[in-house]
Amino acid sequence: MIELEHISKRYDGRPVVDDLSLTVPDGAFCILLGPSGCGKSTTLRMINRLVPFDSGAIRIAGEDIRDVPEEALRRRIGYAIQSIGLFPHWTVEDNIATVPRLLNWPGRRIRDRVTELLELLRLDPESYRRKYPHQLSGGEQQRIGVARALAADPELLLMDEPFGAVDPITRDALQNEIARIHAATKKTIVFVTHDIEEALRLATVIAILERGRLAQWGAPIDIVEHPASAFVRDFVGGEGSGLKLLGLRKIAERMRPGESAVGVPLSADASLREALAVMTERHTDRLPVADASGRAIGIIMLADLVR
Amino acid sequence: MSGPAVPAFRAAARFPAIRLYNHVVPVLISAAVIAATACGFISVAPNRLVSGESVALWLAADPRVTAALAVLGAALLTTAFATSNRAVHFASAGIAVTLVFLVLAAVGQAAHAQAASASKLTRISLGAAFWVMLGAAGLAVLDGLQRARAGILVQLAAVIVIAAGFAAMIEAGAFDALSLTHEYRTREAQFAGALTRHVELVLASVGVAVIAGFPLGVAAVRRPGWQGPVFAVLNLLQTIPSIALFGLLIVPLSAVASAFPSFAAVGIGGIGVAPALIALVLYALLPVVRSTVAGLSGVDRGVVDAARGMGMRQRQRFWQVELPLSAPVLLAGLRIVTVQAIGLAVVAALIGAGGLGSFVFQGLGQYAADLVLLGALPAIALALAADFLLQSATALLGRRVAR
Repeated sequence: MIELEHISKRYDGRPVVDDLSLTVPDGAFCILLGPSGCGKSTTLRMINRLVPFDSGAIRIAGEDIRDVPEEALRRRIGYAIQSIGLFPHWTVEDNIATVPRLLNWPGRRIRDRVTELLELLRLDPESYRRKYPHQLSGGEQQRIGVARALAADPELLLMDEPFGAVDPITRDALQNEIARIHAATKKTIVFVTHDIEEALRLATVIAILERGRLAQWGAPIDIVEHPASAFVRDFVGGEGSGLKLLGLRKIAERMRPGESAVGVPLSADASLREALAVMTERHTDRLPVADASGRAIGIIMLADLVR
Repeated sequence: MSGPAVPAFRAAARFPAIRLYNHVVPVLISAAVIAATACGFISVAPNRLVSGESVALWLAADPRVTAALAVLGAALLTTAFATSNRAVHFASAGIAVTLVFLVLAAVGQAAHAQAASASKLTRISLGAAFWVMLGAAGLAVLDGLQRARAGILVQLAAVIVIAAGFAAMIEAGAFDALSLTHEYRTREAQFAGALTRHVELVLASVGVAVIAGFPLGVAAVRRPGWQGPVFAVLNLLQTIPSIALFGLLIVPLSAVASAFPSFAAVGIGGIGVAPALIALVLYALLPVVRSTVAGLSGVDRGVVDAARGMGMRQRQRFWQVELPLSAPVLLAGLRIVTVQAIGLAVVAALIGAGGLGSFVFQGLGQYAADLVLLGALPAIALALAADFLLQSATALLGRRVAR
């Protein structure tokens, strides 16, 4: 659990973070969301003490971060950034091994951990470990950046717009990847982005910041359904928010069990947004729905989407 | 010349067009040919005091040597018209290396031929045509190696071959008839001492400048507020003309020496090695500090941020990340400083510091151009050697931190 209590930070008298309080539960995927200059990156960088704060307190698992020496604190927290910051003169293996080496792990344990992480990121360990960063594509570099952040099995992962500099297709793949890693490891992740779609897709909880203050805090669906202010409503997307809402709900929630329809069935796990897209494409108002094993279990109708 | 005229475009299709693939070699060869026809290859003076008379290449050297030069020059020229590929570039570099040796052999042979028919007092000096031809051949070697993208080891091998061949020719007495060699023979012991002193002056001043300037540069990067004043002072020092700085140091250092006799006892005084070293160090400081600041602040900020965020201490960041990544820039700075110091150390002879400059100033005083060359040529060779060695080191390092 990470607690931020009444955190404030000024640069030259101008408040960047203003009396911010948040509690991120263990295992959460918490996204700090907001336009540029809202203080989201500054807030993230306060958690590993890269940026000092003027007042308030931050506690990780009940421990005040200012009671821990800053290098020791940072070695316990994974850190991945937009520019990736891989060391260009080190191999992939050396890059991933950065924090384990700082922690003086034995050589064999480091090698095994690098293998394990490359496999987790679906990169072939034997062909990748000896490569240099300049031999990798942007997406591969960012995967190595994530692997490096996870190397010493940190209790917490901080990610500052990690997928901001890659192309949309690679970003999509990396988002799937990080969602899978979060589901598999149950690590607490604090993730900064200004991309609402990315936030709705990945977050279990979202903090929207407006000029250094907390504008709204809640689950993605709450924020889209009940924006707390005009700022949040505009930011979440005005007229586009209806589609975003459909994207957040699964077919299973609105399905009519037992009925049947013709055509290739959709998975009950797919979103209502996908159902709408397929209906438009097939010029129909009803689609069969199947479970994970492909067995037909019901139908979804156009009217169900807007219920 | 019979039948209807062939239209121009068809003629072009029938005969392969002659195409120039290399524009450097023809320029070099033209320069060499113009110099050989317009200037003297060697100059002959009846004694050391009068100025010499130029003798053209074909009059001075054996006709066979001249013919060989012409044939090889033509061969080099044809490579410029051959399709661009590595084999052609290596061939042109090879021909150019042979030309370097041939030009050297020609001047030695020409000098011997002139000396045989002249008195013992006759002075035979190197003419403008010789320098242009040698320079053109040398540049053609560089051009060929560069176009062939020769690795650093191949370049090193070429340099060693040329240096070894040159040394063998000296050893065999190829240049004994030249007055430059006479000047050297009469000062052999002095020459060794001067060369050693020159190298010592350069190593000591660059060493001290690095020991003082590198930490100063690191401090200036960590406290950007220092950069303004530090660079203001160093820039000011750099603007003082070298002769003036050597002169200006005489007054305070003589005062120090007379006030503290123990300083004078270890050789610190208004003239000699001490003021020369101080001046050389002062000149070397600016490039050292500047390249340290440029190198360290040029390291990708994302990389430094990542290093900090992962819990590297400042010292670990410096040694493991910032220093290796800025090494190519730091080495480039060291190269500039060393080459500059080799040149400036020549002037240091003016205040009695010795070194190769002592021959230059003696030669100037005696109006003996060959004596000036005896000081200047080794200084140039030292500068080129230092430049090449440090450039190789930079290239080898750069390969490791390639982005």
